[in-house]
Amino acid sequence: MSVSKLHVPAVPARPGERPDFSYVRLSAAGEVARPAPDVAVADTAPLAESLVRVLDDSGQAVGPWNPKLAPEQLLTGLRLMLLTRLFDERMQRTQRQGRITFYVRSLGEEAVSVAAAMALAERDMLFPSYRNQGLHVARGMSLVDLMCQLLSNSHDMCRGRQLPVMYHSVPHRLFSISGNLATQFPQAVGWAMAAAIKGESDIAAAWIGEGSTAAADFHHALTFAKVYRAPVILNIVNNQWAISTFQGYAGGEQRSFAARGPGIGLAGLRVDGNDFLAVHAATAWAAERARSGHGATVLELVTYRAGAHSTSDDPSRYRSREEVEQWPLGDPIARLAQHLEREGVWDEERHAALVAELEQHVAAAWREAISHGTLTEGPKLDPALMFEDVFKELPAHLREQRDELLAEISASE
Amino acid sequence: MPTMNMVQALNSAMDVMLQRDPRVVVLGEDVGYFGGVFRVTDGLQKKHGAHRVLDTPIAEGGIVGTSVGMCANGLRPVAEIQFADYIYPAYDQIVSEVARLRYRSAAAFTAPLTIRTPCGGGIRGGQTHSQSPEGVFAHVSGIKTVMPSNPHDAKGMLIAAIEDDDPVIFFEPKRIYNGPFDGEPDKPAESWVGHPSAEVPEGYYTVPLGQAAITRAGSALSVITYGTMVHVCLAAVQALGLDAEVVDVRSMMPLDIDTIAASVSKTGRCLIVHEATRFGGFGAELSASIQERCFWHLEAPIMRVAGWDTPYPHAFEWEYFPGKRRVMNALRKLMAEAV
Repeated sequence: MSVSKLHVPAVPARPGERPDFSYVRLSAAGEVARPAPDVAVADTAPLAESLVRVLDDSGQAVGPWNPKLAPEQLLTGLRLMLLTRLFDERMQRTQRQGRITFYVRSLGEEAVSVAAAMALAERDMLFPSYRNQGLHVARGMSLVDLMCQLLSNSHDMCRGRQLPVMYHSVPHRLFSISGNLATQFPQAVGWAMAAAIKGESDIAAAWIGEGSTAAADFHHALTFAKVYRAPVILNIVNNQWAISTFQGYAGGEQRSFAARGPGIGLAGLRVDGNDFLAVHAATAWAAERARSGHGATVLELVTYRAGAHSTSDDPSRYRSREEVEQWPLGDPIARLAQHLEREGVWDEERHAALVAELEQHVAAAWREAISHGTLTEGPKLDPALMFEDVFKELPAHLREQRDELLAEISASE
Repeated sequence: MPTMNMVQALNSAMDVMLQRDPRVVVLGEDVGYFGGVFRVTDGLQKKHGAHRVLDTPIAEGGIVGTSVGMCANGLRPVAEIQFADYIYPAYDQIVSEVARLRYRSAAAFTAPLTIRTPCGGGIRGGQTHSQSPEGVFAHVSGIKTVMPSNPHDAKGMLIAAIEDDDPVIFFEPKRIYNGPFDGEPDKPAESWVGHPSAEVPEGYYTVPLGQAAITRAGSALSVITYGTMVHVCLAAVQALGLDAEVVDVRSMMPLDIDTIAASVSKTGRCLIVHEATRFGGFGAELSASIQERCFWHLEAPIMRVAGWDTPYPHAFEWEYFPGKRRVMNALRKLMAEAV
């Protein structure tokens, strides 16, 4: 008699074990074909299982996906990725010093956000997850504004109501980040449906972690995007780890996340997420496809979460410390710098000078941000703000509750 | 003035708003070509086009999630959840997104969304077509929760909900879609024809959200109720010949506690009636709020008549439904109580 046996996905390397990335299927740089952006969905199925790459191991840009960007654009990309990383590093330190309560770095994933933001039009609407600060940096939000949100201080755009990193900006077309996973995915589709209903040319783009693709909202998003051919790019950032849970637990074993696209009737592309040029080219391709009425693309960006999930976990407790050094797709900043050096427009000296300049920029922004207060010092938000923005107008019961609190505060002073 | 039932009145509200405001879109399961399982969206797609009246996949979380995105892109979606019993897959989008978006983004983004959904029992729908979940939405800060009890209010309140810059959960008591119901299932079904509240203007008008209505004036006691139970309570009061004041709450959030408290302060006796289960139900909020304001006027303890705290049973519909007899018993008991 045969009995069934529960399959438990294997984890490549727990602490103390030898890292094993043999499960990451690679294509050689330049190997994958680039069809026209209006290609039939079925013809993207092979693309969803290959890996679009432009930069080879020597830093040369090769193959049909090479976006052939001007050196100034590449230098801007490098600068924005570095700025994102240095901002992250500084904010991580301030969290360790107790100045902010919580932080999420995007270490190793900077190309995913920065290259995408640069490939999209300014008017396109972005629905980030909490690890896409490269979008905010690339769209030109001021570091001071981002830091004030992190500090919940008197200049906080969220008026003290949200955890750090849950930014938003109407002028920069960045939707309000939720702490709830995957909720932004159908919202981006709805935004894109509205653009189509109104007959506009703007598109939407959303980002989700591979772990969150298990949530129902992910499937709602793909279904609605397929049904209405919504002009949207649905990015799955496969950074291999959802806190301590390996990507195999989200269904990544022997099947790419990009393949969910063709599976449901949407184009799918699997892309080297640490290759700035590949991310730029794939995003531009998907944007052209969406804008020309050919519908959504599910874009899997294969990358590695080089740091902890957040300041609340220690990854050495659940994965091998050596993994990060052995990750086969390297580091996005080092790879773009290598390419620029090869092109003769960059060198170590200029790199060091840029790092120093950006570090100063971050430090100056921090000094300005804390002049608006921190959670514990300096100017504070008025606690009465707690009752505002629940509704457009302050209702009577909240006015009563606010007055009760204010009376309580003034009695204790 | 034309006579309309609630279905026609709600249809007219959406028709008027689709005509008047290009930002309004209607979406939901079966709402387009078919016109909705209760016919509430009948003809709207044909008249306004498939780009403004959308049939959707069967995914309530997707309907509400995409509606939030449409709001962020300047539209005013009116989403239908086919039965209130099916709203729970969208609960995360409603509670964590719709209700919180304005607050978390300090009003940079908002969700002026209306979610229409038929609720309540009395149609032999069993536990999956009979629920009254208004309490679990009224409890959530950041959404308005309303329920009309007649065609005139239904149209005016739905237009007000669509125009409201805050999200509104709009409950439609489906037992009274086609006629008032006094809680006696064996009597022939009544029609709205001839009912004063079935006189409905053809064009645009609003009934503001957040205002209770005195449906019947009286001085002996106050009956605080809403939805289908307004009609059951009126019948019960009439059968006993009581000089009762019947207050139709209409809006759970914002709650017109002033009108309700003024009535109870005047009469000194209060019966709260709803179809939803009793424990932790909206009646508990009403009771607490009334007690806080009217304690020194009360001549008897506040009483509640509600659904039993069980799932809605198919076979025992009329044993479950808080009908006329149960309300009459409570009224007698309340009048006999003395401090």
